[in-house]
Amino acid sequence: MKRMKLVVIGNGMAGIRTVEELLKLSPETYEVTVFGAEPWPNYNRILLSPVLAGEQDVNDIILNSLEWYSENGIRLHTGKTVTAIDRIRREVIADDGTVAPYDRLLIATGSVPFILPVPGSDLPGVIAYRDIKDTETMIAAAAKWRHAVVIGGGLLGLEAANGLKQRGMDVTVVHLAGWLLERQLDPMAASLLQKNLEAKGLKFRLTTQTEALVARTGENRVGAVVLRDGTEIPADLVVMAAGIKPNTALAEAAGLPCQRGILVNDTLQTFDPRVYAVGECVSHRGMAYGLVAPLFEQARVCANHLAMMGISRYTGSVTSTKLKVTGVDLFSAGSFMGGEGTEEITLSDPTAGVYKKLVLREDRLVGVCLYGDTADGAWYFKLLREARKVTDLRDTLMFGENNMGDTGHEGHNKAMAMSDSDEVCGCNGVNKGTIVKAIKEQGLFTLEEVRKCTKASGSCGSCTGLVEQILMNVLGTDYSEAPAKKALCGCTDHSHEDVRRVIRENHLVAQQAVRDFMEWRTPNGCATCRPAINYYLISTWPHEARDDPQSRFINERAHANIQKDGTYSVVPRMWGGLTTAAELRRIADVAEKYQVPTVKLTGGQRIDLLGIKKEDLPDVWRDLQMPSGHAYGKSLRTVKTCVGNEHCRFGTQASMSMGVDLEKMLFGMYSPHKVKLAVSGCPRNCAEAGIKDVGVIGVDSGWEIYVAGNGGIKTEVAQFLCKVKTREEVMEYSGAFLQLYREEGWYLERTVHFVSRVGMEVVKRRILEDKEGRQALYERLVFALQGAPDPWRSSEDAGVDLRQFRPVKLADAREEVLS
Amino acid sequence: MTQVAASHDIWLDVLDLEEIPVCGARVVEGAAIGPVAVFRAEDHTVFAMRDQCPHKGGPLSQGIVHGHQVTCPLHGWNICLESAQAVAPDTGCAGRLSVRVEHGRIYLSRDELAGL
Ligand code: SRM
Ligand SMILES: Cc1cc2nc3c(=O)[nH]c(=O)nc-3n(C[C@H](O)[C@H](O)[C@H](O)COP(=O)(O)OP(=O)(O)OC[C@H]3O[C@@H](n4cnc5c(N)ncnc54)[C@H](O)[C@@H]3O)c2cc1C
Ligand code: SF4
Ligand code: FES
Repeated sequence: MKRMKLVVIGNGMAGIRTVEELLKLSPETYEVTVFGAEPWPNYNRILLSPVLAGEQDVNDIILNSLEWYSENGIRLHTGKTVTAIDRIRREVIADDGTVAPYDRLLIATGSVPFILPVPGSDLPGVIAYRDIKDTETMIAAAAKWRHAVVIGGGLLGLEAANGLKQRGMDVTVVHLAGWLLERQLDPMAASLLQKNLEAKGLKFRLTTQTEALVARTGENRVGAVVLRDGTEIPADLVVMAAGIKPNTALAEAAGLPCQRGILVNDTLQTFDPRVYAVGECVSHRGMAYGLVAPLFEQARVCANHLAMMGISRYTGSVTSTKLKVTGVDLFSAGSFMGGEGTEEITLSDPTAGVYKKLVLREDRLVGVCLYGDTADGAWYFKLLREARKVTDLRDTLMFGENNMGDTGHEGHNKAMAMSDSDEVCGCNGVNKGTIVKAIKEQGLFTLEEVRKCTKASGSCGSCTGLVEQILMNVLGTDYSEAPAKKALCGCTDHSHEDVRRVIRENHLVAQQAVRDFMEWRTPNGCATCRPAINYYLISTWPHEARDDPQSRFINERAHANIQKDGTYSVVPRMWGGLTTAAELRRIADVAEKYQVPTVKLTGGQRIDLLGIKKEDLPDVWRDLQMPSGHAYGKSLRTVKTCVGNEHCRFGTQASMSMGVDLEKMLFGMYSPHKVKLAVSGCPRNCAEAGIKDVGVIGVDSGWEIYVAGNGGIKTEVAQFLCKVKTREEVMEYSGAFLQLYREEGWYLERTVHFVSRVGMEVVKRRILEDKEGRQALYERLVFALQGAPDPWRSSEDAGVDLRQFRPVKLADAREEVLS
Repeated sequence: MTQVAASHDIWLDVLDLEEIPVCGARVVEGAAIGPVAVFRAEDHTVFAMRDQCPHKGGPLSQGIVHGHQVTCPLHGWNICLESAQAVAPDTGCAGRLSVRVEHGRIYLSRDELAGL
């Protein structure tokens, strides 16, 4: 089939990102031609600030080399400005006369700096701060001249001022508003920032208008800035950073409707269906964005439609800002100015240089402004985007996420304060320097990309927040996508939620059906989506969808835990942590017979036999004559118990038998992640029920049930769900809670994360207030677990592929000559 | 005239294709070069390589097979089944081995298994 022609106007960040996304989806559809007014291939505009400050070179910030264009068959015209679009003949015309016909057109012309219409603004030495050329002009000026004036105290202006200062110039910032960064900071934070910058030698003139720029006497070059009050400030260089406006001239001339940006719909289409537009030149639902995070979201959606897949929509973005170059930590997002119907929580410690303001509306976080300590910026931003109620966190919200317990990275919580050699990811041994280098050199923008490229935060994930902070510090904005929209894996753009819903609503029972229905990009998924889809199928359609062992991690396929040397560990089930002399004897016999190198008591009240050869597993299971402990599964693990009133002088309830009953009820239960329970006989809580997925504590008048605790990577105390009287109620309420998690949790999401995502109020409503709903959940759990086979004792029924345990010996092979 | 087989024409008949689950693998033990993983992709193509991940020696045969790749069970590196090379950003090679499938039987090269 003949390829269609796609012409891209604008060789910048949004346009080329769209092309990259398009090539990933459908490399064969188009013959691509790109026009760029600048003489460079696509580069990382964000990093112009470090270039100005002398920390990086222009060559370091190229995102796509010229080879990239040729390797992908893209015709690139650099240094050519498109001057007209002929929508009737469907072609574009450039200033040098080049004509390029199109079937689809993508306009990505970015913005133009706003130049104040004051006398003298056209003098040499007056520039904007937008591209490499401006940056080079500034660098050259700094080497030669002394006085610089920056007009505009916004992000761009301060970055320019800081860079010029670092290059030795004497810099004054003239700003119209009453405080710096008025669109990012409240007056209090801005005044702290101003003091800090003044201490570094920058000068400020606030609430001040520029009247005119005047030339040096006898020369054709700017020499001073005249302010409205008549003051004259010497200026050999004037940088206009008073704002940007969408670059719509070309589109307007071509008759495309514009209104503070080229108007586009949710598929990034303009009023001409053949013409798409993305980036700063666009106006979407009345918003024009000036940060790359939202522009990249637009790029992804636009590419999807250009590839004619037609399944995603852009519905707007919430943005946050982080100042990156001046050495001051500041962060803001949302409606940080507060206003009617909002409440503010503030913390101010001017001597320590810390100021925090959180704005709440109806118990939801709607705005954040942080100065000095922004360690929790990413966390607050997440709460804000999720729009979840923070009622339960309110008392400690101000103290941040770290206050909620953390382990594993030496209490580091300030990415800025870390040195390059400090370890960020303890699992993969990645230090800060490596991450920063990868972000800058390889042009990474998202958490996913950093993971892929450096492995940081790719394993246990406990350093995710730190990595996000480092990203923010380097790039100046938050690049983690809204979690609600996060794609399940690289094979698709659909989220966990989408996949669950499609499986349920369309009664899909096979993996391939899901991938076909949802247009997966890979033929049979990957190691991330296969186990997830498999779980969603069997949890949604129990006894109907067939389990696929090849879509399970090896532990769940071999029903034992793989060790680093390729041997396995075996943990037999001891109901409620109880055992007998006969069981112990059999365990001892197995340990001897199979020469088990290590026998260990686990943290889950049972015994682990470590270092068993794979081929011995079926014999070990047979000899043990004990059920599988599922110590390997995303499934029910243990129900820990204390001795309880059967023996203990304080015991109020029979915790051991309660534990055994719960464990028997839940035997063989697969879930999004592992599930652990504990039952204590009195509030002394010797079974540590306070950090379990479900914790049950006996009291004189009945049982208290706690849910969503976690003792692992991040210790989280379980939350009180309810108090009940009878054993049956404990089973029903715990079972209903776990079924809710099984049906609505995302794969690899522990109960603590599930509850924090949906909110404890929702859980309470579904389990406590809705009696019928609770009973229905409980019944569905009982139905799903009916006849759950033990993979060790009924391997065949459990669908265990026994072939894997039979070694293939080379000694048995026959030689043959094949030519 | 009798023909003497070139030594690279000598193959070992190791197992039946049906002994390997689709999107799965089996291990062949006893070769001089150590254990060998034999994979069967979803399209029934068969691949073989040394059963040792270039990262820390993880048993690749125990990984999840998807497309023409396997994900190591220990730390999740992806290895290309066709080349036995780690997929970027990781680098390393497990050592690809030749495979023949004839009438449903899988053959490995005797010389390669001997490390020649
Ligand atoms: C054997 C045991 C350690 C021990 O010797 O005591 C153990 C061993 C492993 N734990 Fe654990 N955990 C063991 C109790 C715990 C506990 C304590 C408990 O269960 O009371 C915790 C904290 C409680 C919790 O989970 O909330 C615990 C938190 C973790 C975590 C972090 C989970 C989290 O959500 O934060 C992981 C990682 C994961 O699952 O992704 C993990 C993963 C692992 C794995 C399975 C790592 C792996 O994927 O290969 C370890 C297998 C070792 C091996 O080679 O066999 N293990 N692990 C314990 C088995 C208990 C049992 O009888 O089943
Ligand atoms: C100094 C600086 C620092 C920044 N820091 C950050 C930051 O920390 N975080 C953040 O998120 N964002 C930052 N930004 C903003 C970010 O760079 C922009 O939002 C982003 O580059 C916009 O992408 P775009 O593709 O819409 O426009 P651009 O990247 O500007 O690309 C548009 C391109 O189109 C070309 N063009 C225009 N008209 C034509 C025509 N008629 N023919 C041919 N070519 C044409 C232009 O020359 C330009 O190269 C910063 C910007 C600057 C200038
Ligand atoms: S057993 Fe648990 S804590 Fe110990 S090394 Fe393994 S995963 Fe880490
Ligand atoms: S050993 Fe294979 S990924 Fe580490």
